[in-house]
Amino acid sequence: MGGVLGIVAAKDPDFMIKSLLKLNVLGQEVYLTTTHVSLLIICTFLIVFAVIVRSKLKDTDGKPGALQNVAELIVEMLDGMVSSSMGKKGNPYRNYMGTLFIFLLISNLSGLLGLRPPTADYGVTLGLGLITFFIVQTNNIRYNKLGAFTDLFKPLPFLFPINFIGEIATPISLSLRLFGNVLAGTVIMALIYGLLSSIAFLWPGVLHVYFDIFSGAIQAYVFCMLTMVFVGNKIPDKE
Amino acid sequence: MSNITNEGLVLAFSALGAGIAMIAGLGPGIGQGRAAAAGAEAVGRNPGARGDITATMLLGQAVAETTGLYSLVIALILIFANPLVGKL
Repeated sequence: MGGVLGIVAAKDPDFMIKSLLKLNVLGQEVYLTTTHVSLLIICTFLIVFAVIVRSKLKDTDGKPGALQNVAELIVEMLDGMVSSSMGKKGNPYRNYMGTLFIFLLISNLSGLLGLRPPTADYGVTLGLGLITFFIVQTNNIRYNKLGAFTDLFKPLPFLFPINFIGEIATPISLSLRLFGNVLAGTVIMALIYGLLSSIAFLWPGVLHVYFDIFSGAIQAYVFCMLTMVFVGNKIPDKE
Repeated sequence: MSNITNEGLVLAFSALGAGIAMIAGLGPGIGQGRAAAAGAEAVGRNPGARGDITATMLLGQAVAETTGLYSLVIALILIFANPLVGKL
């Protein structure tokens, strides 16, 4: 890797996904990578947090504690985000959008703790993009019935290829946007710590604030927002 | 000049290609700048709607950033996961 870059480095810049364990499942080689480990740590953290909050919510001795207030603040904020962009028709999607936002936020911030962010692996973001794609298309067929297919031939029949590619490109552009942003941050931080390791003292913290906190939060917000816009476009307004 | 290997040539031009691909960063830069300018103008006209304007501006900027990120992905593929070396 350093040879390809052609730079004499104190330490090779290191941001690749590493395989930790090689399994053989049904004749197919499957690797357990650093992404899986990060995902497991993040999911465990979120589940433990949820269980603790749930136990706090259950013992009702009259007044809410600090943790309950924080949890209610988070839930209200996420619900507000959904209802501000989708309105009433967004109610069935509150759970998914809230989960998605918290997961993406913690994933993007996990670079701060020395984990390799799971969202810097295209497998993870493509999976999330495909979930969005299936929600959008399910709603499209459920509400527009046959119109879901005839809409592809509007306004002119020969525009079908463009409309079709437009539908297919949605998950790809969604997932590449998130992947590219998080990977760019990871690569730049790895280059700084690898190539400038002798003088990388305190000042990379400023870059962490931008690449991990600011960019990560914005991208989590944008991913959820675009998912909500795409889903909301396919659901007709009632009344 | 005769000691240039095939692989070296491919790697050299891949590095050049990665650099050229990043010229695409110009477009998102101009687009995001225009979006920020329009956002600042809107806040100046209606300071009460600051929160909404900022959210809309950031959303638009993140979407405009996508083309730049495509070029970044291409540049990274050319440098770190070069598909052309395998074809030699």
